[in-house]
Amino acid sequence: MNLLEVKHLKKYYATHKAVDDISFEIPQGSIFGLLGPNGAGKTTLLRMITGIFYPDEGSIVLNGHPFDPQRDTQLIGYMPEERGLYKKMKVGEQTLYLARLKGLSEKEATAKIKKWFDKFEINSWWNKRVDELSKGMQQKVQFISTIMHDPKLLILDEPFSGLDPINSNLIKQEIFNLAQQGTTIIFSTHRMEQVEEICDHIMLVNKGHKILDGSVKQIKQDFKQGLFRIGLGVMPNAAQMATYHFKIVEVHENAFTVKMNEDSTTNDILLHFIQQNIPVTYFEEILPSINEVFITQVQQTEKAPVTAAQQPA
Amino acid sequence: MNKIWLIIKREFFTRVRKRSFLIVTLLVPVAFAAMIIIPILMAVTGNESKRIAVVDKSGIFTNKLPDKKGIYFKYLPEANIDSLKRNYIAQDYSGILYIPEIDINRPAGLEYYSKGQAGISLESAINNDINSAIERKRMELAGIDKSKLDELRSNITVEFKSGDDGKKGNAWVAYGVGYASGFIIYIVLLLFGTSVMRGVMEEKVSRIAEVMISSVKPFQLMMGKIVGIAAVGLLQFLIWGVLISAIYMIIPLFLSPESIQAASQGNMMAQGNNAEAAEAFRRVADVVGSINWGLLLSCFVFYFLGGYLFYSSLFAAIGSLANEDASDVQQLTFPITVPIIIGIMIMMKAVHAPDSSLAVWGSIIPFTSPMVMMARLPYGVPGTVPYWQLGLSFALLIGGFILTTWAAGKIYRTGILMYGKKITLKEAMKWIVKKG
Repeated sequence: MNLLEVKHLKKYYATHKAVDDISFEIPQGSIFGLLGPNGAGKTTLLRMITGIFYPDEGSIVLNGHPFDPQRDTQLIGYMPEERGLYKKMKVGEQTLYLARLKGLSEKEATAKIKKWFDKFEINSWWNKRVDELSKGMQQKVQFISTIMHDPKLLILDEPFSGLDPINSNLIKQEIFNLAQQGTTIIFSTHRMEQVEEICDHIMLVNKGHKILDGSVKQIKQDFKQGLFRIGLGVMPNAAQMATYHFKIVEVHENAFTVKMNEDSTTNDILLHFIQQNIPVTYFEEILPSINEVFITQVQQTEKAPVTAAQQPA
Repeated sequence: MNKIWLIIKREFFTRVRKRSFLIVTLLVPVAFAAMIIIPILMAVTGNESKRIAVVDKSGIFTNKLPDKKGIYFKYLPEANIDSLKRNYIAQDYSGILYIPEIDINRPAGLEYYSKGQAGISLESAINNDINSAIERKRMELAGIDKSKLDELRSNITVEFKSGDDGKKGNAWVAYGVGYASGFIIYIVLLLFGTSVMRGVMEEKVSRIAEVMISSVKPFQLMMGKIVGIAAVGLLQFLIWGVLISAIYMIIPLFLSPESIQAASQGNMMAQGNNAEAAEAFRRVADVVGSINWGLLLSCFVFYFLGGYLFYSSLFAAIGSLANEDASDVQQLTFPITVPIIIGIMIMMKAVHAPDSSLAVWGSIIPFTSPMVMMARLPYGVPGTVPYWQLGLSFALLIGGFILTTWAAGKIYRTGILMYGKKITLKEAMKWIVKKG
């Protein structure tokens, strides 16, 4: 079942098209990566999904119903890229206030906040003012205030920026936990190594358009270039390498990166070495990283004629 | 509705719990009390007494200058002025009044010596005494009887009454009340208006706005802040009202019962300054009773809220245009502060001439009506302010704040999420008409 279905969403500003006809679906419980260079329209898209902006055109279906920003705020938890808390407010009061604005009763909100504060071991911060906390500590508070009302759809815009590795890991674990419990997560970033690690599905946007989407596995398959790395016990001489089945792309110590011919199979490559009695120590397929896919795809769309000055969305 | 209530509560309590709120709320009535009590106490207790040596070479003034509270004259006609100048302080005199031989028709050369400045009250007291002594001497010489002249003197006050019932009025009290309430509204508009603006700026600059707006509508966030701050203002005025009326009732206790009685009998000379102060107080109390306080207070609350709502939403809109650079906002507030300042200027004219067309129109147009109408109302309804003017002013102010709140809401919801670039007022105006 899809928790979120976005159809033909458009948002035009006076000078440019921030989001131009984007459609996608997110299955429940998946972690969905929204990728794109700065100014691609990610934030505008997220703001429409959170109900901050009204789309000019298109529809959003959330949890089986047409999205209603007023009714559905409790279903959504949104952590914007630019974090913000009331600096002079106490941590406990602040989270309680934000929870109550999400529609929780005071009792319910207090219980949930206590649970999360216990889990993150920050109970002693309850009476501290936000501006007494370090940036990383504020991030934790912000994260808790985003998830404390158990949203069905969690939208995290660059959730790891400004976090040290320990806290990053803590929040990453929490994201996995929440996804396992059925929370659907939209994760916007331009840090690709995190995308491969965390996301099931991704969508790449640039200049307001969707460039590609699909599961991480599928995209890697779609963009693979037939590259393999083969490790050899003895380095063969040039005569031993002559073959129809592959070309050498790169030579390493006791290994080659090769590009397979389109008609050939991996067994053809292996047989080539085995028949010459050259010991093969390992053999692996090289899939493109999402980073590579991202860069080539963005560069391709950049080559398209530029219509309007790029503005931060 | 529940959410806006939560926002109001937060805005209210974060402000009320601040120490500065407590200090301001308590200090204002104390300052008010000091303003009333200190002059009275000063009049009652007076300054320390001064002994003045009078060296009168003319003989005209000897024993003719009356001693009064705080000033005693000691006549030393034979003293040598030069030696006295050297040691008058040692002889416990505050100063020397030197009168040379003079021609009564052309007196000249009178001098007063003291260490340091003599002070305005002493200067005028001595000048008065000298002049009346000279007048008396001249009358004597001209053969005019002093007691006859006193009989001819007049000292009456016309009683100004207003309205059909001939209620006793007093232009001075109306002036005072009108000026004060007009001025309070002016302060409220500027002070609470900028408070709203700073609150909005804080939310925008600290980036909490986006988190908030994913939970509540921008309009709810803006109105919650405006109403919350209004509640703080009303609470403050309520506390001030209670404390000031308590002080008002306590003040008579500072004055002795005899002096109040003396004052009410008009017997002022007998008891001197004490009675004079009590008399002034009694007179104020008398006319204060003649004003329709119920109407005035409810109008005050109306114009306080109406004017506040009218302007604070505009201040909120300006706050939403702010960026990290606070100096931009200074320029943007200009178009809002100017009508407020024009309002206080018209108000100052209107307390003098509540019937002038400037005052009438100023009290009807919503940009200035909260201040100007409050200046006119104490002069009497429907005497000075006909009912139709009051009604029109009410209606326009209500319509006005609905309009400004609507327009400000449009600017606010776009501005609060707009970062990184300077927004001009012209651009913001376009957001008002933009749909969606």
